[in-house]
Amino acid sequence: MDTMRDRFAPVVSRLLDEDPRVAVVLAEIGKDGFVDARRKYPDRVINVGIREQLLIGAGAGLALTGLRPVVHTFASFLVERPFEQVKLDLGHQNAGAVLVSAAASFDWPEGGFTHMAPGDVALLDTLDDWTVHVPGHPDEAETLLRHAVAAGDDKVYVRLSVQSNAHGIAVDGARFLTVREGRAGVVVAVGPMLDAVLAATEGLDVTVLYATTVRPFDAAALRRATETAGTDVVLVEPYLAGTSAAAATDALADMPHRVLGLGVGRRELRRYGNIDEHVAAHGLDARSLRERIDGFLGAGVRV
Amino acid sequence: MTITAKQSYEFADLPRLMGLMTGDEKHGPAATSTLDALWVLYDRVLRVGPDEMGDPERDRFLLSKGHGPMAYYAVLAAKGFVPVEWLPGFGSYDSPLGHHPDRVLVPGAEIGSGSLGHGLPIAVGTALGLRAQGLDEPRVWVLIGDAELDEGSNHEAIAYAGPAGLERLHTVVIDNSSASHARPGGIAARFEAAGWSAATVDGRDHEALHAAFTAPHPGRPRVVVARVEPKYT
Repeated sequence: MDTMRDRFAPVVSRLLDEDPRVAVVLAEIGKDGFVDARRKYPDRVINVGIREQLLIGAGAGLALTGLRPVVHTFASFLVERPFEQVKLDLGHQNAGAVLVSAAASFDWPEGGFTHMAPGDVALLDTLDDWTVHVPGHPDEAETLLRHAVAAGDDKVYVRLSVQSNAHGIAVDGARFLTVREGRAGVVVAVGPMLDAVLAATEGLDVTVLYATTVRPFDAAALRRATETAGTDVVLVEPYLAGTSAAAATDALADMPHRVLGLGVGRRELRRYGNIDEHVAAHGLDARSLRERIDGFLGAGVRV
Repeated sequence: MTITAKQSYEFADLPRLMGLMTGDEKHGPAATSTLDALWVLYDRVLRVGPDEMGDPERDRFLLSKGHGPMAYYAVLAAKGFVPVEWLPGFGSYDSPLGHHPDRVLVPGAEIGSGSLGHGLPIAVGTALGLRAQGLDEPRVWVLIGDAELDEGSNHEAIAYAGPAGLERLHTVVIDNSSASHARPGGIAARFEAAGWSAATVDGRDHEALHAAFTAPHPGRPRVVVARVEPKYT
């Protein structure tokens, strides 16, 4: 199967054809996918070199002239390294952009910690008014990229990953989807965590919500789910554990509830290897998830 | 209905306008380090006025060195972007005029600034955005301080803009020798090494500033280093 990243350049190249406002800003990473588009639109496909502060600043400048910049590199160099540019050049300047990251939490485990960004969504949570899409399949990535570019001058983050579910689902760029219904707990599976969550909760009496747009957090969907499934909530996220815990708690602030946030741990593993090994090390494989979900929800969840 | 003739201001009026913010018409060199360059730009170089802020064809001036913005506000007021009546409220809770400018609040301000090293990268993007839309007339100006050049983000922009041939991009460096670690001639040399056209002039000499601002520089971005009195003596 191809990856979300394989879809990125073809989709955005088509958007360059369709919409004269669209411009792509790169910092070397990903430029090979845009060779043809750059020949066609030399002024709207821009590679600034290995300069990530300039990457965001230039994106903001493009936006201030009325364009819709799509800014791309690995998550660690897109959100973490130039974080103040994200905060000021976009947020404070009131400028919009679509930030599209690759490499996610540990897409390249052999590359080590310098190329891992499990904290990207949590960092963006310190800022106002970001839309965050976390597709779980290349088809969903295509859909969400289109939503992101079409979202006026909004600030949108699209988090592409190698981690993926086997099948794509029709997502709408806004709401959580109910993929299983039960009575003894709600499990929110974010993006590529869905397959593992469905395997982990097989035979458990839980509602499973599928979230590919996590900001704004679909509080209404979570509240609706708790009406029949109760207010024990488990979040399973492909980035830093607990990133959405505050959003879930806010959604249920007027009722007693419990929230368990599962995701990537803070502790640096200092391991290379492959993605499956990192998934397991963070307890995000189906077996570990089942143990932890079952332990949190208690005996009542077993059908 | 009262019709008031629109008042016109000259360079000599600027200390009084600044005095509305500072409470004193006498200002030290640090407060006025940008004043002459700003005046020459807004009076004789920039093709922008208060009624053109929505015009895609306007020149863009980005104040990157947002610290000590009294001279900037005074010039914006003198040129009709900002009402003179706003000046006495400088820095107060209800005033749009803070100690660092906010583009959302200040008519005429193309960017908000304060944190150093943000203006030049945004100016690069502005130049690229205008080019991509076939807007060939507007020029882009950014004003930075000599110590602001300590910030590495500027060097990302300088190193990119030269080889990219961003001819419409102009940087004014107000050099009041405030950087702790610097070498004589180092500012212009760094821009020149990246392929910029560079001039260093007396930052108090309006004719010299104007000549440097308007000299042709085909195919290359332009930097004008405007030297003024040292901040620390």
